[in-house]
Amino acid sequence: MFGKTENAGVVHGLYTDGEPIADTKAPAGPIADMWRTRQFEAALVNPSNRRKLDVIMVGTGLAGASGAATLGEAGYNVKVFCYQDSPRRAHSIAAQGGINAAKNYKEDGDSVYRLFYDTVKGGDYRARESNVYRLAEVSANIIDQCVAQGVPFAREYGGLLDNRSFGGVQVSRTFYARGQTGQQLLIGAYQALERQVAEGTVQQFSRHEMLELIVVDGRARGIIARDLVTGAIETHVADAVVLASGGYGNVFFLSTNAMGSNVTATWRAHRKGAYMANPCYTQIHPTCIPVSGEHQSKLTLMSESLRNDGRIWVPKNREDCDKDPRDIPEEDRDYYLERIYPSFGNLVPRDIASRQAKNVCDDGRGVGPLVGDFRRGVYLDFSDAIQRLGAAAVEAKYGNLFDMYARITGENPYQVPMRIYPAVHYVMGGLWVDYDLQSTIPGLFVTGEANFSDHGANRLGASALMQGLADGYFVLPNTIRDYLAKGPFTPLAADDPAVAEARGSVERRTARLLEINGERSVDSFHKELGMIMWEYCGMERTEEGLLKAVDLIRGLREEFWRNVRVLGSADTLNQSLEKAGRVADFLELGELMCIDALHRRESCGGHFRAESQTEDGEAMRNDDDFLYVAAWEFHGGDGDGEMGTPVLHKEDLVYEAIELKQRSYK
Amino acid sequence: MNLTLRIWRQAGPRHQGELRTYKVKDISPDMSFLEMLDVLNEQLNAAGEEPIAFDSDCREGICGTCGLMISGEAHGPEKTTTCQLHMRSFSDGEVITIEPWRANAFPVIKDLVVDRGAFDRIIQAGGYISVNTGSAPDAHATPVPKRNADRAFQAAECIQCGACVAACPNASAMLFLGSKVTHLAELPQGQPERMARVVKMVDQHDAEGFGGCTNVGACSQACPKGIPQDVISTLNFDLRTALRGNR
Amino acid sequence: MAVTGLVFVGYLLLHMYGNLKALSGEQAFNVYAEHLRTFGEPILPYGGLLWIVRVVLIVSLVGHGHAAFALWARAGNARRTKYAAGKAALRTAWMRWGGVFLLLFLVWHLLHFTVVKISPNPDATGPDVVNNPHRLLVASFQVWWMTLIYVLAMIALALHLSHGVFSAMQTLGWTNSAASYRRAKLLGHASAVVIAGGFLIPPLAIVFGLIQ
Repeated sequence: MFGKTENAGVVHGLYTDGEPIADTKAPAGPIADMWRTRQFEAALVNPSNRRKLDVIMVGTGLAGASGAATLGEAGYNVKVFCYQDSPRRAHSIAAQGGINAAKNYKEDGDSVYRLFYDTVKGGDYRARESNVYRLAEVSANIIDQCVAQGVPFAREYGGLLDNRSFGGVQVSRTFYARGQTGQQLLIGAYQALERQVAEGTVQQFSRHEMLELIVVDGRARGIIARDLVTGAIETHVADAVVLASGGYGNVFFLSTNAMGSNVTATWRAHRKGAYMANPCYTQIHPTCIPVSGEHQSKLTLMSESLRNDGRIWVPKNREDCDKDPRDIPEEDRDYYLERIYPSFGNLVPRDIASRQAKNVCDDGRGVGPLVGDFRRGVYLDFSDAIQRLGAAAVEAKYGNLFDMYARITGENPYQVPMRIYPAVHYVMGGLWVDYDLQSTIPGLFVTGEANFSDHGANRLGASALMQGLADGYFVLPNTIRDYLAKGPFTPLAADDPAVAEARGSVERRTARLLEINGERSVDSFHKELGMIMWEYCGMERTEEGLLKAVDLIRGLREEFWRNVRVLGSADTLNQSLEKAGRVADFLELGELMCIDALHRRESCGGHFRAESQTEDGEAMRNDDDFLYVAAWEFHGGDGDGEMGTPVLHKEDLVYEAIELKQRSYK
Repeated sequence: MNLTLRIWRQAGPRHQGELRTYKVKDISPDMSFLEMLDVLNEQLNAAGEEPIAFDSDCREGICGTCGLMISGEAHGPEKTTTCQLHMRSFSDGEVITIEPWRANAFPVIKDLVVDRGAFDRIIQAGGYISVNTGSAPDAHATPVPKRNADRAFQAAECIQCGACVAACPNASAMLFLGSKVTHLAELPQGQPERMARVVKMVDQHDAEGFGGCTNVGACSQACPKGIPQDVISTLNFDLRTALRGNR
Repeated sequence: MAVTGLVFVGYLLLHMYGNLKALSGEQAFNVYAEHLRTFGEPILPYGGLLWIVRVVLIVSLVGHGHAAFALWARAGNARRTKYAAGKAALRTAWMRWGGVFLLLFLVWHLLHFTVVKISPNPDATGPDVVNNPHRLLVASFQVWWMTLIYVLAMIALALHLSHGVFSAMQTLGWTNSAASYRRAKLLGHASAVVIAGGFLIPPLAIVFGLIQ
């Protein structure tokens, strides 16, 4: 029933097995006491010693800005880096829906335990219990903190905060600020950060990109960054480094991520010894605006709250696909989610909604323009809702989303059903961290989407904002002090061999990218990689496809380093050069994602292996063989674009507070 | 459609710039304006000319990174950000002039990219509520009347793109400032620092070299988020109160 | 800028009211003109109130002009590279060039009616005319180009007021809600129509022979 080959990856020499790893940082005892115990046991740093300790923060999204601000408030010397022109532009800003918190303001039976349970179950039992429980515990403090900062959450007429139910859970625990919760939360964190910049505890480096990690005697001691305006390669040393650099969904070229979102910071750390965990767990969001043509540069998400009132369908007959949807009679429509999942209907979790959309389109029943050989789109129809509630009520609820749709597609969704299609949205995978959010390199901490820790194989709606802020405001500042208490570490000289080596490798790499002067643009490589990833490592994965993808990616990577054309020079703003560096790293990450997907011969959450499904086509987990986190160690491959053979380390997942179950939404 | 583009090219902050003319062919009306520039850049790269530098990031109208002066209008003819402007707003054969935001407080870095660091420094001067992590009371401890909450939200919609400055005949940043001041002034949490905040932020605004406000309203018309001009009035009110001695 | 502007608006309303006295005939108008000078006697000397008003106006004018030119200069400094395809900012141009025009007009207006007392009408000259406010008024506006200058000046004034009154309220912070903002806009337009319209009634009445 499982894969054709017992362990295809090993058979084909794609990876080797290594020692298992255990997260030893979570204290023993009942799960409800762990965080309090850890906070107590973590060593303290005397306030007067804090200003002698330097911390580097890479990234200024929710996790980065909140973390840097809080460490600054505590009195550490913080340097914060972002590639954007201002910290407030990090891609957390684009989150629409909301942020979960176990406040139980609605008195509807919510609790820390229920949020913990929902998150673990939603993650298809591939998340670490101790971390998720802590996330649920601190969630309530996040709301308090944000309100005090002036985040304008939606309120009721009585002046108290409003909540809604979101992402298929049965309690109302989501706090929101119309359709732009991410922007409002990020502005809160950004303002806290700028306050610390004014206080002098934080130094801000915008338009700077981290290109290498400095590791001295096994500890993370700084970064090499490029000033994107002057092109200067800068060395920044510190006692600890925190990566809050976000997710790598742009490996698919088309995604809902920002144009600049990239994997470079975490990939460089991975090449220096940090394990990469579960890289194949990708969330593909069902309600995005479909691709309209070859020129498309990114995809736009619409909040999944649309599924509360919209009905999803495709024509029953292929010949109806290019008809005006309003002319297709009711009996010729297939409301496939309502048909397959009568109890959850259009509100099934994201991974299921996405995969079923793919299935009907692969069946030739997709709608919208032909892109390649397929029509990639399904209808999201509000005509019933408009009839039932009236156009005004629908406008009040979804007006901004309808406007956005109309602006992008030029169609009026009040009259013609919207078209939607799944798009890459979030990655659950990331650098492996322990309970303290510390990676396998001592002194290197990883927060937010950049780490793997809390969402298992699938993330629930309104949980990304929660995790980013939980890590930044409450978790990291408490755990990093245990490490910093051992510092300050020996000062590093500018000519320290480790520093010189890191700096030299960045300079060589930059020079080489400019020297190749081949035939193809950076974007053409990126698009081709994206197509390979989407085809073979997207919503449905097979052993055969993944093996092919690894070959294709290797070929593409080899061609990249021989045939890419990057014009301009290194000593000015050079956006092609920036992109080239990022795509070079995506070309390596893509291979590891395929190897990870290949080795995991089960379906779970966002990872669907065609070989592991039930008779009626549902995902089938294999807890006997795969109840673990796959943490990959970079091994071999010194030069640019060379990867060697990764080593797999398994962290077993132990469920004590929650009983393992197969998910069912039938 | 086929278009003629007149685009500002400038090699660096201290270089002279000029408008250069380019042609693009077969542009689909479904493309966004920036995707049209992507097509041009691929064309330039293939021809061996350095691509045009322009800023963009989220490309869904919320991060505020993009911003171009398109034939004399900030973010072009529609009330939206440049990234959400689509080519169906233009017609075949049109000549489009593309320039960077022009303000001395926004120096050009290269081509169409400008430095908006002045905005960060204005926020640093006082655009925040001083509350350290962990010291917040329960979120329900202070109810906020819905009217104030709604106005605070409306002001907080500002995406810091700089279109207000670009469109203002005085190159003033008062709409940006007013939106931040109003966002925080409408909330009970913002009261303790309200008066000091407005004075410090206006001082920084002036020090950055922005122009003075003459209430023309071009800012609100250009604002992709439709922030109303009345936020500037709130700022003026607070500033006057503060200067009368309630610092 | 806002405060001095509002001083002018107050003065203009009084001035306009006085002008409308012309409709009541020569005697009423001239008595009113004389009364302005004897107002407040004996506490104030002859013409005392008028001088107080003049001083206030001069100070306001200096303040208004200084602020205007300072803002103008600052705007020039804040954008040294202009747009190649800039849209003309009409409202700003009206305020600035219109303001300069009003200033020039003011000089002429004072020479005409107050300082030198010039009658541009060749059919009505001499001390009898220039020392009789009503006769000077009538004689002046019987000349077409005089009326034209005043009509143009009132159009400039209307444009200046329609933005200026709103702008003053905005600057003073009285428009900090959507409703009060709309009211201030409306008040700006209304004051422009009322003041410019009110000032135009006497000259037009003279042109059309209603006042002789």
